[in-house]
Amino acid sequence: MTEVIEGRFTGKVGVFALDAAFSFPAQGITALSGPSGAGKTTLLRCIAGLTRLEGRLSVGGEAWQDGRTFLPTHRRPIGVVFQEASLLAHLSVRGNLAYGARRSPAKAEVGFDDTVELLGLAPLLGRSTANLSGGERQRVALGRALLSQPRLLLMDEPLSSLDAASKAEILPYLERLHRTLAIPALYISHDAGEIARLADRVLFMTAGRILSATPASPSDKALAGLSAQQRDALAMAALKAGLTPQD
Amino acid sequence: MGEVIWTTLKLAGLTTVLLLIFATPVAWWLARRRAWWKEVVAAVTTLPIILPPSVLGFYLLIALAPQSPLMGLLHPFGIRTLAFSFTGLVIGSMVYSLPFAVQPIRSAFEAMGPRPMEAAATLRAAPLDAFVTVALPLARRGFLTAAILVFAHTVGEFGVVLMIGGGIPGKTEVISVRIYQLVESLRYGEAHALAAGVVVFSFAALLALLLLDRRAEEQGR
Repeated sequence: MTEVIEGRFTGKVGVFALDAAFSFPAQGITALSGPSGAGKTTLLRCIAGLTRLEGRLSVGGEAWQDGRTFLPTHRRPIGVVFQEASLLAHLSVRGNLAYGARRSPAKAEVGFDDTVELLGLAPLLGRSTANLSGGERQRVALGRALLSQPRLLLMDEPLSSLDAASKAEILPYLERLHRTLAIPALYISHDAGEIARLADRVLFMTAGRILSATPASPSDKALAGLSAQQRDALAMAALKAGLTPQD
Repeated sequence: MGEVIWTTLKLAGLTTVLLLIFATPVAWWLARRRAWWKEVVAAVTTLPIILPPSVLGFYLLIALAPQSPLMGLLHPFGIRTLAFSFTGLVIGSMVYSLPFAVQPIRSAFEAMGPRPMEAAATLRAAPLDAFVTVALPLARRGFLTAAILVFAHTVGEFGVVLMIGGGIPGKTEVISVRIYQLVESLRYGEAHALAAGVVVFSFAALLALLLLDRRAEEQGR
């Protein structure tokens, strides 16, 4: 039986209200889509433990957050790829890759050489992070996250800050990752093309709420309680994500 | 004269090391907190910049005198007073130079932003681990600036060391106090030698700072 990642977060970040209940299998790539300002990044930060809201989160039956527990970020077996690569500027490429690897459990499932090979990082290893291209930076960030031996990979629009050429360069790596590694990933994107190429399923989010898109057509129950404006935003997100109206 | 220079360098070196250790958590706290009242703390740590050294020296003298409540706490340990002692001088210098340590380190921590610490946490570094392996190295230029400023500022202090040190030869007499005494007794030749040394040293310290800034700018580009 496939393990499940499920939870619910409620609360406010500034004036923005989040009430997101979700559940998805810990397998393959789950895209998290929706209009900007829907709360996708906030939800990802809650899963990572970087933002703390009321709620609960369990990953494969293990409670990372509930009424009593709150596992701090450094104790969660996650890998995060931020929108901007956020490499550690005082370390070389190799130093960045080794940073998480050195702190992860001894039994490594993702090997250093394999990761370097998978992401084509060999020519970059000795370089400083200062003069890498955007695409190279994200590849290093991805490798760094993988080498910390995550049980869940969280990616926040890793391609959105890249130009078309860099995107085209990095997408094949992500596809290869998807094929070769068994690490489940939550992947924020509102690019229909990316989602079509990478995702096994899509979660839609709008105005701080999750509306599961598996099954692809949101049920009336899920839509109840939303304003007309929110429904429109949701419909737009669904269209953008490449879904076609079914009824 | 060698003794005076040695006392001065010992005082400045010790003050620099101790102050960097003390200022680091204060600067970190100031850089991380968002509450408005943290600026009250920031103002207190900056106060020595604008207070006249004689005011600072006066209060320090009272605090370090035998009958002060502070010294009362130390009586059981056999310490009666720290006024006119080298230890007292170090404490006074730390208070006097506090802003020059806190400000650059706080700025460096602020310039870094929250992201590097978040990235370190996602890479399984516990908070103290991340602080040592990420925040400190990223803020190293702030520490270097603070060290140069504190050292130079301590070498250059006069009012505070005169009031709480008393200029006891071999113990609390530093270069700036000696120059004052030499001039008082019209020994201009000796005063010249020491004063010129301080000018050259201060110039070198400032030049080092400016070159450091320039390098930082070039690397930032």
